[in-house]
Amino acid sequence: MNIQQGHISKEYNDELEQLRLQVLSMGGLVEEHFKGATDSLLKGEIVKAQNISKNDFKVNAMEVEIDEGCSNVIARRQPAAIDLRNVFAVIKIVTDLERIGDESQKIAKFASELKINIKTTKFYTGLKKLAKNAINMLSSALNCYARLDVDKATKVVQMDSTLDNEFADLNLLLTNCLIEDKKNIEDILKVMWCARSIERVGDHAKNICQYVVYVAHGNDVRHGNSE
Amino acid sequence: MKDIKQNLTQELDQTSGNPLLEENIKISCRKVNVYYHKNVQSIFNVSFDIAKNQIMAMIGPSGCGKSTLLRCFNRMNDMIEECVVDGDIKLDGENIHSKNIDPVILRASVGMVFQKPNPFPKSIYDNVAYGPKLHGLVRNSSELDDIVEESLTKAGLWKETKDCLSKAGTSLSGGQQQRLCIARTIAIKPEVILMDEPTSALDPIATATIEELMYELKSSYTIAVVTHSMQQAARISDRTAYFHLGRLVEVNDTNTVFTNPVHELTENYITGRFG
Repeated sequence: MNIQQGHISKEYNDELEQLRLQVLSMGGLVEEHFKGATDSLLKGEIVKAQNISKNDFKVNAMEVEIDEGCSNVIARRQPAAIDLRNVFAVIKIVTDLERIGDESQKIAKFASELKINIKTTKFYTGLKKLAKNAINMLSSALNCYARLDVDKATKVVQMDSTLDNEFADLNLLLTNCLIEDKKNIEDILKVMWCARSIERVGDHAKNICQYVVYVAHGNDVRHGNSE
Repeated sequence: MKDIKQNLTQELDQTSGNPLLEENIKISCRKVNVYYHKNVQSIFNVSFDIAKNQIMAMIGPSGCGKSTLLRCFNRMNDMIEECVVDGDIKLDGENIHSKNIDPVILRASVGMVFQKPNPFPKSIYDNVAYGPKLHGLVRNSSELDDIVEESLTKAGLWKETKDCLSKAGTSLSGGQQQRLCIARTIAIKPEVILMDEPTSALDPIATATIEELMYELKSSYTIAVVTHSMQQAARISDRTAYFHLGRLVEVNDTNTVFTNPVHELTENYITGRFG
């Protein structure tokens, strides 16, 4: 089944396409915020951090707008089969995107409060790697949604366990730093929160990919369910 | 559209969903073919089962043969000259075309409700009483009164008509007339009710009343309904069969058909990608 194949009603096509474009546009904004947040954490770019906090309302507004669009399509069109799965996935994906926006805002807030020079710390390399992989997962997830690419989506889902392991290693390192470097406990705790948020972004990217599989094939692969 | 026609020149890969247990089958069709004239075939090799006490919706574009097939279940097509039905159609395991089946008795067991309400030009009471009297189901007028009351109650029409049973059936509103026809059908205690687009001539409120009635009736009867409204099929049926150009394309539980159909033709139809 090709989702691009048109309905008899062109207006219905336009409504579904509009939803898809809105999700991609929200995804683009959220991706920008997340990249900016990690830049502010790793490179100390405070201006970016301030912009993210200032602009989070845009992400929230897009979530509300897309949800309303979905309600309208359900009420007016009673979508079925792949269209229903698509609208359902849009509702779920925007929730994940909005939460990525929130995580980005948290990272930006903590990043702007840090006093330590993060580049000289033991955990810098691990944190940078974690952020790089989470950004990669998010970008790939959005590409998978744009192209309804199930093969790639399945690979991104698998990438999450690598990210979880990296997070666990980093957490161990940060815990050791807490014991060794008592002067900077507050900052290290903030970095721990940031690492946690970055790992959560990986989880949200994984969720988005699972919805891509659901839209394309109709099977729900959440919670390790491969049926 | 060209691709679809090409696809249908070959035998369709028919998707029958989860098979029913033998004891749950009310009507079963095997390799049913219907020809209206010697060279015009309208149903091709259809095999599927209808479960007891369930609503089976039959959907598909105009001319796909769903009404023709529905009419096979109580041998209504016998009355059409040059219409030939072959294959096995069984009601409770008994072939309805066997020599010892009387079509009139069969039609009492397998009642039918049509698209347009068609009450007899008689009183409300006589509309319901006609069948039981004809089939000799009653011994006296008191039993007949009981059947009329019971049937009108089951059809959700008793409260509205109990004080005006002598009024003409045709004086009722469209929705009431359709419920009267349902009462008339159930008065002769059928096992199966066939409905051919029973709400297409009704407004949304009357439609909702009939749908609610179908939901209540399914605990006592097996219902097969032909409908052009996919939303109606999705709302009311337990299983759905999709037909296309005389072929059964897919039959499965309704949730699966409307959320994740197996066949591309079904998907195209229910999502409005062709009509």
